[in-house]
Amino acid sequence: MTDTAIHAHDHGHDHAHDHHDADHKPGFFARWFMSTNHKDIGTLYLIFAIVAGIIGGSISGLMRWELAEPGIQHLPTWIGYLHHEAKFDDAMHFWNVLITAHGLIMVFFMVMPAMIGGFGNWFVPIMIGAPDMAFPRMNNISFWLLIPAFLLLLASPFVGIGAGTGWTVYAPLSTYGEPGPSVDMAILSLHLAGASSILGAINFITTIFNMRAPGMTLHKMPLFVWSVLITAFLLLLALPVLAAAITMLLTDRNFGTAFYDPQYGGDPILYQHLFWFFGHPEVYIMILPGFGIVSHIIATFSRKPVFGYLGMAYAMVAIGLVGFVVWAHHMFTTGMSVTIKMYFTAATMVIAVPTGVKIFSWIATMWGGSISFKTPMVWAIGFIFMFTVGGVTGVVLANGGVDDYMQDTYYVVAHFHYVLSLGAVFSLFAGFYYWFPKMSGRMYSEFLGQLHFWVFFIGVNVMFFPMHFLGLQGMPRRYPDYPDAYALWNKVASFGYLIMALSMVIFFWNVIQSLLAGRKAEGNPWGEGATTLEWTLSSPPPFHQFETLPVIDDHGHH
Amino acid sequence: MKWPSRNLRVAILAGIGVCSMTGLGFAAVPLYRMFCEATGLNGTTQRGLRAPGSVGQKITVAFDSNVAKGIPWKFQPERRSDTIDIGGRDMAFFTATNTGDHEVTGTATFNVTPTFVGKYFTKIQCFCFTQQTLKPGETVRMPVIFYVDPKILDDPDARDVQEITLSYTFYPSESPAVKAAAATAHGS
Repeated sequence: MTDTAIHAHDHGHDHAHDHHDADHKPGFFARWFMSTNHKDIGTLYLIFAIVAGIIGGSISGLMRWELAEPGIQHLPTWIGYLHHEAKFDDAMHFWNVLITAHGLIMVFFMVMPAMIGGFGNWFVPIMIGAPDMAFPRMNNISFWLLIPAFLLLLASPFVGIGAGTGWTVYAPLSTYGEPGPSVDMAILSLHLAGASSILGAINFITTIFNMRAPGMTLHKMPLFVWSVLITAFLLLLALPVLAAAITMLLTDRNFGTAFYDPQYGGDPILYQHLFWFFGHPEVYIMILPGFGIVSHIIATFSRKPVFGYLGMAYAMVAIGLVGFVVWAHHMFTTGMSVTIKMYFTAATMVIAVPTGVKIFSWIATMWGGSISFKTPMVWAIGFIFMFTVGGVTGVVLANGGVDDYMQDTYYVVAHFHYVLSLGAVFSLFAGFYYWFPKMSGRMYSEFLGQLHFWVFFIGVNVMFFPMHFLGLQGMPRRYPDYPDAYALWNKVASFGYLIMALSMVIFFWNVIQSLLAGRKAEGNPWGEGATTLEWTLSSPPPFHQFETLPVIDDHGHH
Repeated sequence: MKWPSRNLRVAILAGIGVCSMTGLGFAAVPLYRMFCEATGLNGTTQRGLRAPGSVGQKITVAFDSNVAKGIPWKFQPERRSDTIDIGGRDMAFFTATNTGDHEVTGTATFNVTPTFVGKYFTKIQCFCFTQQTLKPGETVRMPVIFYVDPKILDDPDARDVQEITLSYTFYPSESPAVKAAAATAHGS
C-alpha cells in the first residue's frame, strides 16, 4: 500500500518471455478440477460465488414477489411444484425455507467465498510478493468442500420439507421443532462450509506470516492483506464455536441429548450465546475484506496513498477484537438484566469509533486527491455512503431499550441489508470491476459498469430504504403476510427488487461481452495511483508469478 | 529443510487455536452452568446453609410443578403459594406419585421467575439436589427449605417484586438424555 517503491527486477512482462514454464498450464481437467494454483482457485471461488449469488438472489426475488401484496398469493403454488400433496401449512413452512436458504446462501456461499476465497486467493499472494499460497493443496480442499456443502443445503428441501429454521438455526425450533432430514442436512452443510473456511483461514495466516517478499514488513502490507489476515483470525476463533454449537444441535436432534432442551435441564439460551459468539464476528468476516478492497480503490482513483495507513490497519484489528465481546446485543430480548444490557449497548457503540476512523480516513484520502470517477471508484464511494447508513441504524439498534421495540422488525432487516447488501456487495462489485482487467486481461465496458452501478444503487435503495419505515411501524420479520397498512412500502420494496434485478442483467451482459470482446487490458490500467504489486504484473498475470521474489524498498514512507 | 517447516509450524499453531476454540465451544456447557449458578442468571437459585433471619417484610412464593415427556409421574406442590418473611426460613412440600408400571428415577430442574431474583433465592435443602427413585404406585413427600435473601430489598430492579415463582420440572434420569442433561442442569 501507500507509496512503497518496488524493484521490478524481472517480473511483469519479462516473466512470460524469460521463463517459458512460468506460463505453462496443465490440461483443462487437471487445471480446474485438481487445481493448486491460487489464481485458478480464486477464479473457481468467484464463479461459485456468482452461481450461489444468482440462486440466493432469485430466492429473495420469490420472497419479494410474495410480499408485494398483502395475503398469501404464491407460496401454495410453489410448494406444489416441490411436493404434490402439500398442505397450506407446508406452504407457510416453505416461506421459512426460503428465508433460511436466502440467508445461509448469501452468507456462507456468496459473500464469504467471493471475498475471502475469491479475491483473497487471487490477490493476497500477489500483493505480498509470494508465488502462491502456503498450502496449495489444502487450498484445493477448501474450495471443493464448499461444493458438497452447497449441494447438501440445496438438496434439503427436496429430501424433506426443507430447513425452515432461519439462518440462526435457533433451538428449540431446530431441535424438536422440525424433525426430518432437511435440518440435519442444513446443519451438516454448515459443518462442511465451516471446515472449508477454517482450512482457508489457516492457509491465509501461514501465507501472510511466512511468505511475504523481502522488505514487506507487516506495517508495509497492503490494507487488503491486513483485512484478510484479520478476517482469517476471526474465522479461526469464531467458526469452531459454531461447529460446537451445531454439533450439539445434531446430537439433541438425533442422539437424545438435551443440551438445549429445558425440560431435561438444558437451556436454549445457551445456543443463542454460542451462535452469536460466532455470529457477530461473522458479520465482520463478511465486511472486513470489503474495507480492504475499498481502501485500495479509493487510494488508486484519488491518486493518493491512503490516509492514515496504520490507523486503518489497527482500526480493523480493533473492530475484530471488540467484535468478540458484543455478541449479546443480538439477544436483548432474552431476559437480560439492565446492567448486562448496558454493557452490551456500550461495547457495541464502541465499535463505531474504529469504524468511524475508517470512514473518515477514506474521505480524507479523497480530500485533495485527483479523483477519477471510474466504475470501481463509484462503487467504492457508494459503499462508503451505504455502509454509513447501515452503521447509523446499527448504532440505533445497539441501544438495549430501543431494541426491545425494534427486535425482529424490518428495521433490523433494513439495517443488515444496508451493511451487507449495500455494504459488502458494493465492495464486492467495486473489487470485481477494479480487478476484472487484472484477472481476465480484458477491460470491461465503462458505460455498462456505470449504468450497472446507478441502476443497482437505485434498485437496492428503493428496495431496502422503505424497510426502515415498515420496521418502525412494527412489521415483524420472517412472515409471508402482513396487514394492509404495510402494503404501500412493501409494494415499493418489491419494485426496488425488479430494478435491482435489471441491473444484474446489465452486469452479466457487461461481463460476458467483456470476456468475449473486451479491449485487452495492460498490466496497470489505472495509472500511477495503483501502487500494489498486482499492477506490476501482466494482465492476466502469468500462471506462476514471482519466481524471483520482488524486493520492497525501504524508503517508502507512509 | 528441517521439520517442522516454518509453514507447518504456523499451521500447527493455528490448528491448536481451532481445537482450543472447539473445546471452548463444548466447555461452554458446564461453564455456562457455573456462570448461571454464580450470578443467578436465568433464574438460577443459590445454595446456602442458614437463613439470616426475618427482616420484617413479606413476599409471596408461588410453587409450580411440571413433568417432562417420558416420566410417568404426578407431581404437585402441597400448597400453591406461601407468604413468608424475607430473610426467614420456609419449608414447602411437593408430592410425587409414580403412576407408571415400572421403577423410575427422576431429577428435577428448576428456576425462579422473575429470573433476575435468582441471586436472592437461596435453598438450604432441596429434593432437587439429588435424584429421586419411585417404585410403581409409590408416593413421596419431598421438602424444599429456602429463604429469600434480604438483599433483594436493596435491589432497585426488584422493588416491585411481590411474588416469586419457584418452578420445578422432573425429567427421567435414566433416559439417554441424562448425560447431557446432568451436565447442563442448573445446580444439579
